[in-house]
Amino acid sequence: MQELICITCPMGCHLSIDTDEHGEMKVTGNRCVRGEQYAREEIFNPKRVVTFTCTAVLPDGSLPGPSSNLPRRVPVRTTAAFPKERIPELLEVLRGMTVRLPVARGSTILERALGTEVNVVVSRSIGA
Amino acid sequence: MKQLAYDAVVVGGGAAGMAAALELDARGHSVLILEREDTLGGILMQCIHNGFGLIEFNEELTGPEFAQRFEEKVSARNIQASLRTTVLDIREEEGLRVVYAVSPSQGMMRIETRAVILAMGCRERNRGNIRIPGTRPAGIYTAGLAQRLVNIEGYIPGKDVVIIGSGDIGLIMARRMTWSGCKVHAVIEILPYPSGLTRNIVQCLNDFGIPLYLSHLVTDIYGKDRVEGIEVTPIESGALMHEKAFKIACDTVLLSVGLVPENELSRNAGIEIQPTTNGPWVDSMLMTSLPGVFACGNVLHVHDLVDYVVEEARRAGANAAAWLSGYRPSREIRIKTGSNIRYVLPARLNPERENRLYMRSLVVKNDARLEVRLDGNVVRSRKLAHVQPSEMLSLTLGPEDMAAAGRDSVVEIALV
Repeated sequence: MQELICITCPMGCHLSIDTDEHGEMKVTGNRCVRGEQYAREEIFNPKRVVTFTCTAVLPDGSLPGPSSNLPRRVPVRTTAAFPKERIPELLEVLRGMTVRLPVARGSTILERALGTEVNVVVSRSIGA
Repeated sequence: MKQLAYDAVVVGGGAAGMAAALELDARGHSVLILEREDTLGGILMQCIHNGFGLIEFNEELTGPEFAQRFEEKVSARNIQASLRTTVLDIREEEGLRVVYAVSPSQGMMRIETRAVILAMGCRERNRGNIRIPGTRPAGIYTAGLAQRLVNIEGYIPGKDVVIIGSGDIGLIMARRMTWSGCKVHAVIEILPYPSGLTRNIVQCLNDFGIPLYLSHLVTDIYGKDRVEGIEVTPIESGALMHEKAFKIACDTVLLSVGLVPENELSRNAGIEIQPTTNGPWVDSMLMTSLPGVFACGNVLHVHDLVDYVVEEARRAGANAAAWLSGYRPSREIRIKTGSNIRYVLPARLNPERENRLYMRSLVVKNDARLEVRLDGNVVRSRKLAHVQPSEMLSLTLGPEDMAAAGRDSVVEIALV
């Protein structure tokens, strides 16, 4: 048996997930149908949107200095929820990446991340 | 000193300030935004996680994305914003509102205006506010400061982290620090229930197996130059169980123990502050005790969603525009907090218009009922599947609800 808290709405139902005699998934503790859908997704295909920051570099390749008004990190996000078990692998890739300023919000920095359908894009326009 | 004149001045260029300024501009009034940071956007710029904008834009955005959508509207409308600008004083001089401000590029500014919108936001409660005993080593930060260091300045404040308080910023930082390669050992909450949203408990703690200690108090901080650990004591039936106290080794402590509206400027200007919200008292137009000075967003009361902030700020901006055009409510009805309600905003209702009310519960409760009583008679009742102090409640009351209102009527809001 597995236990989950449904996060579809603020009620926060405590779900118990069991397998019945026919091998079918059985959810209890949910107060509406969305609880069962949530449990199914969470058990078979858990995904999360990943947000992170990458190192900002100036057009000449140097880092913004301490007196600069520019941020030293560029916020990035996945364009959709990303398979949960592969998030550490994705973070490893993003940790090694730099983003050259200026950059526009929505610019893709990683296409089809780790072979998925998900891209990683910049979430803030920053001038230089 | 530079002399300026605008119909309205907005103090603070975050989500609230921008939303209010856009409303004033749309109604043909000249408006100036004063912002102390290098960019507009306020605290949203460091909130790189997603979950913003579900109501406003019908999609899940990150903080910077949400802020920049507003910033683009502000610049498309050519609304003036003075950045790196600190507001020093709001005064009345010869029947005019005057705002004094200073910036590196403009020096001192004296701005004559007829309406002021307060949109300064809030700030974090710190160690002194909750009086944690122990030494004073390096390594103790508020969660929001750590968020700024990690997401904008590019520093990791430590490697072995304990978070005090289960507010949303602390939960978000638990995930952020873990994703940055740090080990988050525990979240310690004094109350028997978490103060952050359930989705953040699930996605920021449970996903990483970070233990949440409810009904536990941090009773000591160890370390001379740098934090070395904390002592945690369980609370049972309201009493500290000293014999069950335990230690957790860590080099960093993050505090997520609540937010307080930032009202030094308001207090200096003589604006009345409400003890329940730590924000200004406001009437049905979101106008403070100082005529022509309005308040919205987290400086008025701490919101849980930016979507509600912009909704309220738009109303403040539209009301300020109406005020500038000469509108005054012909009468107002007093609002009173009833059972299980911590506060209701605003403090007055306009019986001739639609009123949007925001309130917070004092209790965690399933199958509750929100009741609106006019002079003791229930005029509106709404069933709520679940209420808790961390989820703000809202309600719209129109003239039809207050048809029976007389001169000295009182509206009471209660949770039963």
